Parts: sequence; C-alpha cells; structure tokens
Amino acid sequence: MTQFDSMGAIATADDSKDAVIVAQDVEKWYSNKFHVLQGVSLTVHRGEVVVVMGPSGSGKSTFIRTFNALEPYQKGSIEIDGIKLTPNMKNVEAVRREVGMVFQQFNLFPHLTVLQNVMLAPVEVRGWKKEQAKQVAGELLERVGILNQANKFPGQLSGGQQQRVAIARALAMQPKVMLFDEPTSALDPEMVSEVLDVMRTLAQSGMTMVCVTHEVGFARQVADRIVFMADGLIVEEGTPQEFFGNPKHDRTKQFLAQILH
Amino acid sequence: MTGFLFAQSATDQFTLDVIVRNLLLATRWTIALSAIAFIGGGAVGFLIMLFRISPNKILRYISAAYVEFFQGTPLILQLFLTFFGLSVLFNLNLSPWAAAAIALTTYTSAFLGDIWRGSVQAVPQGQWEAGTALGMTYFKQLKRVILPQAVRMSIPPTVGFAVQVIKGTSLASVIGFVELTRSASAISNVTFKPFLLFSIAAVIYFCLCFPLSVLSKQLEKRFATDG
Repeated sequence: MTQFDSMGAIATADDSKDAVIVAQDVEKWYSNKFHVLQGVSLTVHRGEVVVVMGPSGSGKSTFIRTFNALEPYQKGSIEIDGIKLTPNMKNVEAVRREVGMVFQQFNLFPHLTVLQNVMLAPVEVRGWKKEQAKQVAGELLERVGILNQANKFPGQLSGGQQQRVAIARALAMQPKVMLFDEPTSALDPEMVSEVLDVMRTLAQSGMTMVCVTHEVGFARQVADRIVFMADGLIVEEGTPQEFFGNPKHDRTKQFLAQILH
Repeated sequence: MTGFLFAQSATDQFTLDVIVRNLLLATRWTIALSAIAFIGGGAVGFLIMLFRISPNKILRYISAAYVEFFQGTPLILQLFLTFFGLSVLFNLNLSPWAAAAIALTTYTSAFLGDIWRGSVQAVPQGQWEAGTALGMTYFKQLKRVILPQAVRMSIPPTVGFAVQVIKGTSLASVIGFVELTRSASAISNVTFKPFLLFSIAAVIYFCLCFPLSVLSKQLEKRFATDG
C-alpha cells in the first residue's frame, strides 16, 4: 500500500478495503509454454483510473483480459469485487457482467443496429424488459453522442463512432469496472480524440477504469496511476507526474524515450 | 394391330405423352426423397455442427469422424450399406424407401454439418469475446450473436448443396427405389428408347436443379455486396 499512500488525493479518496480488482502474483503460460505473465499484482480501487503501458508483447492486454476470465491463468489469484476468479468456476458470467470491456477492434455485432447492440446484453443477461433496456440504451447513446445513429448498423459508422457505441454497449450492463484494451489503436488519427473524450468524461463520472493505451496525453490527464509492464512483469508504477517526470527504471526510461520522441 | 410384335405394341402404348406423364409422376418421389433428405439431414447436420464446434473434445472427434466417413465414401456404397447392411445387422427388412431416406439423410447431414461448421467458424473470434465479456452464456452467444451471422454466410452454399442432394437421389434407383431415374430406366426397357427416356429425365433434373443453382449464385452475390 506504500505506493498508494504516496498518491495524495487518491489515497485520501479511496479506502483500501474498497478494492474492485485485487490481482496477486498472477502467472500465465501460453500453450506453447511462453511465460506471458510472470507474477503480476495489481489492486484497483473504486473510482480509480489505472493506465497500463508497456511495449507490445509485455503481457498488458493478456493481464487485463484475465480480469473477466477471457484469458485463463495458472497461478496466483484474482478477485473482482470480492468474488474469486477460479479456473472451472461455475458462474463466471456473474463476474463478467460486472466487468465491462472495450476491445481494440470494437467487436460490435454487425447484424444488429446500434441500439440493438446496446440493448442485447441487458435484455439477455440481466433480464430487463425491452422498454427499460431501450430507454437506458438511448441515454447511453446520447452520452457518447451517437443517439442520432441509433438505427444504423455498425458497418455504416466510422471507427470512432463504432468505438463509442462499444463503450455504450459495455456501460449498458452497469458494470462496476471498465476495461479498455487499446481502444484507440485501430482508429484513424482524427478519430482518436472523440473516443478519448468519452473515456475522460467516464473517468470524471467516477467509473473505475483500467486502460491499456499508448495515449500519453490521456494517461497524463486522466490516470490516477500508471502501471508500466515489460516482459510479463510490472516494472514500475506511480502517478503520471512520477512516471513521466521521474521514471526510475532503465526499462521505463527506454520506453518513454521511444514513445515521447 | 393383332399381328404386331409385343415390343411394337409396347412402343405404341408409350407415346411421348404417356412417357412424360409417367416420368413426371416418378419425379414426385425424387422430390419427396430430396425433401426428406434435406429436412432430416438439416436437423442432424445442425447437431453435427454443434458437436464440431463444441468445447468438448470427445464430441468434436466423434462428429469429425462422422463427417469424414460420409464425405469420404461414395454415396452409392452408403446406399448399399444401409439397404443390405442394416437388414443383416439388425435383422430388419428395410424397404428401399426407408433405406434411401436413411442413407440420404446421413449423407446430407455430414455435408450440411460441415458447411455450417465452416460458416460458424468464419464469424470472427472477437464476436464470441464480445458476447463473453458481456456475460452471455455460450448458448446465448451462439443464438444471438454467432448463428445470425453464420446463417447469412451459409445460405448460398446450403442452397447449392440442395442441388447435390437432388442429383444424389438418382442413386437410390440401385436399391430398387422407383424415382425418376429408375422410372426412366424401366420404361426404356420396354420401349427400347433409352436415349429418349434418359434425355427427358435429364431435362427434368435440370429443371429442378437449375433454379436452385441460380438462386444460390444470386444469394452469394447479394450477401457479398451487403458485406
């Protein structure tokens, strides 16, 4: 908890008991024996925004994908809002519906309209009435600025619009935490800011977020904490000021030199 | 007419009009057998597809072996094995009708199962992941996310395969099932006009199959442009 106490405002705002994600010594091997996660620990508190950075192949996407059991892990433990994620657990869907995820490739359902994309899970998983789901979906689409496209199909929207719909779709399940897996990496440069704006607003509204991203500006402004991963380990973590202003490890300095030019 | 040979009198009885009428009546059985094979094969094929994509290894292996067997042996042998084999093995007295229906159903199910497995697997992995991340169960994902997309892709090859089924029913003639081909063969035996008989039969098959081929190609084009 020491790093956490050094974070001033965040430490006072959060209670250490109020952790949404507690990952301890998570290890994972791919089937080809590659040791992708080599003992990674991370605690994310309610309302906190954590940005995970690192070179490609460092295991950062794999790590956040263990939080909703999209990736199984072999060693260590992960608790989401007090529920342990174990291999072969019976009701893994119960955890997944509390964890929203936004993918690099959007993964919207192409056969459904924008509105239907957002309504699907609340109706199918939460068992909401269509009317209720429609109303909530409408509000969310308004929040991400896509309400006027509600009856279009994903294929008719730009990448930035699709990603905003994907955010609305994840939010419709009213998750306790949102995971972003390189949400702007597949976008044309001119569409990056519209997605980051939505994420920034979401962060300001108090959503707990874990974002894998290379967007330095976003990380500086929005992150409470930056976690730097390399070769399957967390090398360094700290506030944006510490991380960008005074990186401690050579691996971090090397990485920052490359992305900051 | 009393002085004429039997063959000649038979030729006289079988005017073109009568021949065509008889062949069209036999075509009903070709259509009926095709329909049974397609509906039965579709139902079994759906199960085969579910097994082929199942997370369960054993189900995958069993269904893969099933598909390989029926795709890897001639339909005519499958008909013989069903007609003679089932009778011997289970001491059944299968009618040609039942044997043909069973053999064509299994044959069709193997091919449709494989076509549909291909369509399901052509849906990007990210679609499963999105459904999973939203907390949907495996079957909900399949029903609401994967199958609606897979069905679109599978319609053109499925309709195209219907053509193979219709043509395949002609082989049921070898176990004594009287459909279009068997009927043409029987009439040619008494009229001594095999070329005429088989030509008419070919035209009838073509009239059944060609519209399906055209439909399949049109659907393919439509879905390709829809994206």
